[in-house]
Amino acid sequence: MAEHGQRSVPHAQADEFDDVELVHPKSFLGKYVWSQDAKVIAIQYGVTAIAIGVVAVVLSILMRLQLGFPNTFTLIDPSSYLQYVTMHGMIMVVYVLTALFLGGFGNYLIPLMCGARDMAFPYLNMLSFWFYLAAVIILMASFFVPGGATGAGWTLYPPQAISPGTPGVDGGIVLMFVSLCVFIAGFTMGGLNYVVTVLQARTRGMTLMRLPLTVWGIFMATVLALLAFPALLVASLMMLCDLLLGTSYFLPEMLNLGEPSSHAGGTPLLYQHLFWFFGHPEVYIVALPAFGIVSDILATHARKNIFGYRMMVWAIILIGVLSFAVWAHHMFISGMNPYFGFLFATTTLIIAVPTAIKVYNWVLTLWRGNIRLTVPMLFAIGFIFTFVNGGLSGLFLGNVTVDVPLAGTYFVVGHFHMVMAVAPVLVLFGAIYHWYPKITGRLLDDTLGKIHFWVTFLGAYAIFYPMHFMGFAGVPRRYYGFGLTTYIPDSIQTLNAFMSVAAIIVALAQLVFFYNLVRSYFRGREAGPNPWHATTLEWQTEHTPPRHGNFGAELPVVYRWAYDYGVPGIKDDFIPQNLPPDQVEKSEPLAQMSRGRLSL
Amino acid sequence: MAIAVAVILLAMGSVLFFFLSPWYLTPLASNWGTIDDTILITLWVTGAVFLAVNLFLGYVIIRYRFNRRRRARFDPENKSLELWLTGLTTLGIAGLLAPGLLVWASFVSPPKDAHEVEVVGQQWHWSFRFPGEDGRLGPVNNRLIDEHNPFGLADDLAGQDDILVTTPHLVLPVDRPVKMVLRSKDVLHNVKVANFRAKMDMVPGQTSSFWFTPTVPGEYEIVCAQLCGIAHFAMRGRIEVVEQEDFDAWLKAQDTYAELAQLAPGDPAAGEEHYNNCVACHGPEGQGNQALNAPKLAGLDPWYIGRQLWLFRSGARGSDENDRFGPLMRPFATMLPDRQAIADVAAHIASLPDRAVQVSLAGGDPERGAQRFRTCANCHGQQGQGIRATNGPRLAGMSDWYLERQLQNFRQGVRGRHREDPYGNQMVEMAQVLVDDRAVSDVVAYIMTLPQPGAEVASTSPGGREE
Repeated sequence: MAEHGQRSVPHAQADEFDDVELVHPKSFLGKYVWSQDAKVIAIQYGVTAIAIGVVAVVLSILMRLQLGFPNTFTLIDPSSYLQYVTMHGMIMVVYVLTALFLGGFGNYLIPLMCGARDMAFPYLNMLSFWFYLAAVIILMASFFVPGGATGAGWTLYPPQAISPGTPGVDGGIVLMFVSLCVFIAGFTMGGLNYVVTVLQARTRGMTLMRLPLTVWGIFMATVLALLAFPALLVASLMMLCDLLLGTSYFLPEMLNLGEPSSHAGGTPLLYQHLFWFFGHPEVYIVALPAFGIVSDILATHARKNIFGYRMMVWAIILIGVLSFAVWAHHMFISGMNPYFGFLFATTTLIIAVPTAIKVYNWVLTLWRGNIRLTVPMLFAIGFIFTFVNGGLSGLFLGNVTVDVPLAGTYFVVGHFHMVMAVAPVLVLFGAIYHWYPKITGRLLDDTLGKIHFWVTFLGAYAIFYPMHFMGFAGVPRRYYGFGLTTYIPDSIQTLNAFMSVAAIIVALAQLVFFYNLVRSYFRGREAGPNPWHATTLEWQTEHTPPRHGNFGAELPVVYRWAYDYGVPGIKDDFIPQNLPPDQVEKSEPLAQMSRGRLSL
Repeated sequence: MAIAVAVILLAMGSVLFFFLSPWYLTPLASNWGTIDDTILITLWVTGAVFLAVNLFLGYVIIRYRFNRRRRARFDPENKSLELWLTGLTTLGIAGLLAPGLLVWASFVSPPKDAHEVEVVGQQWHWSFRFPGEDGRLGPVNNRLIDEHNPFGLADDLAGQDDILVTTPHLVLPVDRPVKMVLRSKDVLHNVKVANFRAKMDMVPGQTSSFWFTPTVPGEYEIVCAQLCGIAHFAMRGRIEVVEQEDFDAWLKAQDTYAELAQLAPGDPAAGEEHYNNCVACHGPEGQGNQALNAPKLAGLDPWYIGRQLWLFRSGARGSDENDRFGPLMRPFATMLPDRQAIADVAAHIASLPDRAVQVSLAGGDPERGAQRFRTCANCHGQQGQGIRATNGPRLAGMSDWYLERQLQNFRQGVRGRHREDPYGNQMVEMAQVLVDDRAVSDVVAYIMTLPQPGAEVASTSPGGREE
């Protein structure tokens, strides 16, 4: 295992980036608005994504009000209910999770963790955010056009996304697709940046196999996104053509509420293939950064090296590659050739293996660690628990036969919220508690953080765990009401009311978090440069928060991997990546642990 | 420490919840017990892994909690442990996948002796077609669909004897494998009966299929499991599983395409005679009489009048114990001897002059009503003109006091709850959108502002919109 040791491999290319010329703006606007500093862009991304996320949370509460207390609220009719469902889903998946992980944490952490002064193309990076903001504004505008936002479900399946009988066909759906196209254009600018920065701008000594897993996760997710989003882009454009120009990519001979349409010859399944060719990798676009970040939080706060680093990296890569070969498991009962089921069930279950390995390695990282139950650690443990639950329920839906009765039910809703909503969001929170001290120089309040964690973690489980049982009972999703449905027992209504109350409590708990963010910014405890005693480069900056250019006069030189925690024979229980070997203090011989195989 | 306790308790609680929860699979009523078996296998395997991982996690958090005088063990890799875990996981995954694929193999191969039923989805109804004596379903095309050819059958001999079931009620024989051939007239749908386990999307422009063998006689509810627009949640149907001989009798009673085509159209002249019985309450021109609780009839489409007469006659409407005025109609409907008589009288009513109605109710706010009406517009039309394809009758230009009473009846289930009134069932679901009396009077007030189609121009039409 010498390669995590002190063997230093100078990174030839890094020299070229030593003296990049950064434009240091003087004006307020230049520093904070039209900023080309990845850290400022990260915060712009983060604040926008959180703001739009609040909208999505409000939409989910409106949905829960209808489900928990049906026929009580005049404002919630079937159209608005479907609009809430659709907009909540799309906002959360694309505009919150993707943007926050990649645009937010990607921008903040990639240059710092790689030891770069900034992203490779700062101007493009700035443009990326403004495109994202435009996409968000266009999406929000769709609430205000006649007919309102689209209510086609976040998957936007044709024909119903663009035919009468669905809310928003008058304009909402057009704005949705336009917004997606703008988002994808913006993301591509950012995404190319992240990839090029990771590949080309790492500092001297930062080999790929010394990168923190956070960077690996974000890097791989970006690669996936760059390859997957184009499928959504063309699907969006083709759908716009069908709607506005009268083409028939996705529309066969059909009726529109009894009236014959002028379309012929298209196939709705083509859209589904395109959508899920994007949509499945999208799951990992959200999950891989979460995997990476949680690995770093676990290692840091358990004071222990990540277990099986190389396996973790290869698992990330393998998951990324496989994620392009599983998309049709969303379509087992879509009416596609059923023989595809054999192939896609197999690839889907194969992807469970590297995913399971990641879970084992997280738990084994804690094993024999020295676990500090800080707030980020609590969120990380909450993530493991939630993700194990969500990952295992995926084995039901991925295994073609088992999927048949469960598809289209609340089992699916429970599954994807566990695995793709609650789990990554817990990581996001953990990450914010973890890096807030670096971003602002102050620590978030611990007590408020714990209240926030407990209500969110337990509350979210109370909302989504019982949904799986509704799914077993066959309760279909995307239903405005269940009315006289005979096979659904009345107790489901009680359960729905319970889940709604839990959802409201969880939503309110986020106010504690926002209060904490604001209060700590002004009155939080001074953090110092490295409050968690972490090894990675962002904690070794000269200034906290880091200034434009990230590091001081000299870029750091990296001598080891990112996980030298608790190295035997060393005085401190961590060794920063950039600490020269001759400055690492040995501990007194007595304390030396001689547990074998490690030849340092 | 609390987190370790929470992880352990949540893990055990989750498993316990599974055993104690009243919510589990609906009683099985088809051959797909094998699907349930795969679910059970998956539950056991994933349950065991879930418990093992989380209990270990809880143990680790307690055992290796922070201690100032201790250090984590530096332990970057452990090849043999990693290999073991990978191997065991792969085995477990294979153990799940193998039975899944085996069952899928039989899922995709319908037995040779399966009989075929076509299920047609449309916004927001089901209909069904059986092959006739030739055993073949005739060719169809969505282009050919119209009022007289609701299935879009092509001009082909094979289709002439096809048996068409236009109500969303299907009857199937027990213990005989059936292949459900699925198609859609408009958007995606998915025919789902929870008790049968099997289901499949219906896609316009192509057919899809699945098969099963109903094994338990009884009644099963069809729901739509693929989002199909705003009334998705109200797209219901019923499958009745009966003995073979009962099925044969039922099938025989259904019309073939040829028979339906031969039905004589309603004859207004013949209908006039029957209409004499209606005049006393509904008026000679079908203008209605509020004092006698008789609604306006003129302007309603024959298909709607015919259906309602049929429902009254069979007792599917007007027989609820809380229905005050419906029962008054029943004896008159039973005076109509047969289907032809109903068609005739409906044709006669269609020929009556349609005069504008006056607003008789006050208090509703049309502006708020317009908001509520956007739900109604999907089936009844933006102008409340009625849409045949969605089975939504005309609303504009009808008596407001009657609309309000019927909406209240639907809301309370006084009308539309009868098991033989599928479109009424649907309206009961939809009427729940009107959460209180005010919503009802608002929406009625808005309907009264809609242009009255076909209404003969009256000098003063306070309900009509000036255009």
